[in-house]
Amino acid sequence: MTITQLLERDTLNDVAARIRSHVVDMCAGPEGGHLGGALSCVDVLTALYFSVLNVDTHWPDDPDRDRFLLSKGHAAVALYATLAERGFFPVDELAGFGRAGSRLMGHPVRAVPGVELPTGSLGHGLALGCGFALANRYAGRASRTFVLLGDGELQEGSVWEAAIAAASQRLDRLVAVVDRNGLQLTGPTDAIAPMEPLAERWRSFGWAVREVDGHDPELLADLLDAAPWEPGKPSVLIARTVKGQGLPFLAGRASSHYVTLSPRNHARAISALRDAESLR
Amino acid sequence: MSRATREAYRDSVLVLLGRHPELMCLDSDTGLFSADHAAAAGDQYLNLGIAEQNLMGVAAGMAACGRVPFVNTMAAFAASRALEAIKIDIAYNRLPVRIMATHGGLAAGHLGPTHQALEDLAVMRVLPGMTVVVPADAAATEAIVEQSVTLPGPLYVRLGRKPTPPIPAAPPPVIGKAQTLRTGGDVVLVGCGPYPVLACVAAAQVLAEQGIEATVLNMHTLRPFDAETLIAAARPATLVVTIEEHWRAGGLGGAVAEALAEAAPTRVLRLGVPDKFVDEVGNQEHLVAHYDLTAERVVRAVRTALDTTARSGKTDWKEHHS
Repeated sequence: MTITQLLERDTLNDVAARIRSHVVDMCAGPEGGHLGGALSCVDVLTALYFSVLNVDTHWPDDPDRDRFLLSKGHAAVALYATLAERGFFPVDELAGFGRAGSRLMGHPVRAVPGVELPTGSLGHGLALGCGFALANRYAGRASRTFVLLGDGELQEGSVWEAAIAAASQRLDRLVAVVDRNGLQLTGPTDAIAPMEPLAERWRSFGWAVREVDGHDPELLADLLDAAPWEPGKPSVLIARTVKGQGLPFLAGRASSHYVTLSPRNHARAISALRDAESLR
Repeated sequence: MSRATREAYRDSVLVLLGRHPELMCLDSDTGLFSADHAAAAGDQYLNLGIAEQNLMGVAAGMAACGRVPFVNTMAAFAASRALEAIKIDIAYNRLPVRIMATHGGLAAGHLGPTHQALEDLAVMRVLPGMTVVVPADAAATEAIVEQSVTLPGPLYVRLGRKPTPPIPAAPPPVIGKAQTLRTGGDVVLVGCGPYPVLACVAAAQVLAEQGIEATVLNMHTLRPFDAETLIAAARPATLVVTIEEHWRAGGLGGAVAEALAEAAPTRVLRLGVPDKFVDEVGNQEHLVAHYDLTAERVVRAVRTALDTTARSGKTDWKEHHS
């Protein structure tokens, strides 16, 4: 099915629901996964891969493609599920996540079709994205680069080195998205390192900023598609999200950070996602 | 004529940028490129500011899109501050980034331990796929920079700061191939970088006058390591002496000891900077003399080792142990 055919049948919310369901299944595997921060960015990934990014699953190396980097690489399960749903590799392969012999490592690796560069150590993605955007500019390509950051990740100083470079090089084909779920491994990000006013921080670094509901894929898609929002400036979308979105028994809790779902909780999660679907 | 290896790099890369549109020169405000140099490089030169982790990340991103970036920083900042970006973004992805690291070894001189790099070779040579080169003079630097254009994968080049003397009668080095500057069957002297290689050459001359014949190897490439040339030189010898502007752990001496221990066990004496941070004020020549990284030290080390072996009746150390 082409992306056009798929979107005639399904809404972005339908796609996001399927991706959430894969994420939940992968986190019920033997090694578990970074469930909470994966679920918080599913709608952003859905908007990007099913509406915004110019990528071709049959020609993933197309030099004119848009590029995406999951700087918060621990949300690998969400990226893998998105790439599989988008057609980069078979959905069946997701069942191998974390298992010996699979290529689906706990953080994104280049061996997985659709993954541009490996990430996982926080604070690397934005500099890499600057490099992509610069190289594309030198090559005269109109393609864009999108980088998804965690809000806890913003505590890494290298993020701000890259933020300075992107603004000083006027990289307006570079778009960052901050998954602002407000929680990191041990607690609320703002209790550990206050970042507000976050939008103001980015603005003062020379970026164009938008702050929106991070669980509305249609809205996210419209905004991201319209970037650059201000000529000569890189763009950052602060997506207000909920860690563990979709699972009431985990949502908004730091303990959702890394979870191995027991069979009982796996069943609860599946049923919660189904309930959410039926309410939609 | 004495010339700084970092300036030889700069002048070479400026020529190469003109010839190869895919090359980039990314700077971290090191000051190596004046406004005139930057203008000569045109839009292939970018000063990204004082942010070495970002420098490596941007270089990796550009390399992933088909560019070949030369990045300018100091060895101390490349090998420690930006190490994770080099490891993950560059080495892991086998990207053709050329890390041009000035102020290597004791070259930062009086600027002190914050700017000296006495660990960089150890750190860089453990990274899978990283090529690690220490040119011994300006002419060698030009050859290395030229060869780097088509070299696959990442490259770390340790450069100096102030002018250093040329190595007499040294042909242009080939990356990955040790240079044999002199042949002799008694001992092997192995150095990398300007002053250590000069010390080996001078020491071999003195030893020859005393009846001891030395092979001198300029081991300019630490990775991939030319164990073949080293082992062939070490086979007839009773002693191998290494000398480097580096802490004694993990650098040239470590690489030599590793190679010989596995394939051709030979006694190795490792001369380097003692296991402490530099607390002496002085320029590179002063510090090199202060830590006795000199020809006299090499001669002394060889004489002491051979005399001790002779006194203990081990006229041929290797035979004795075989």
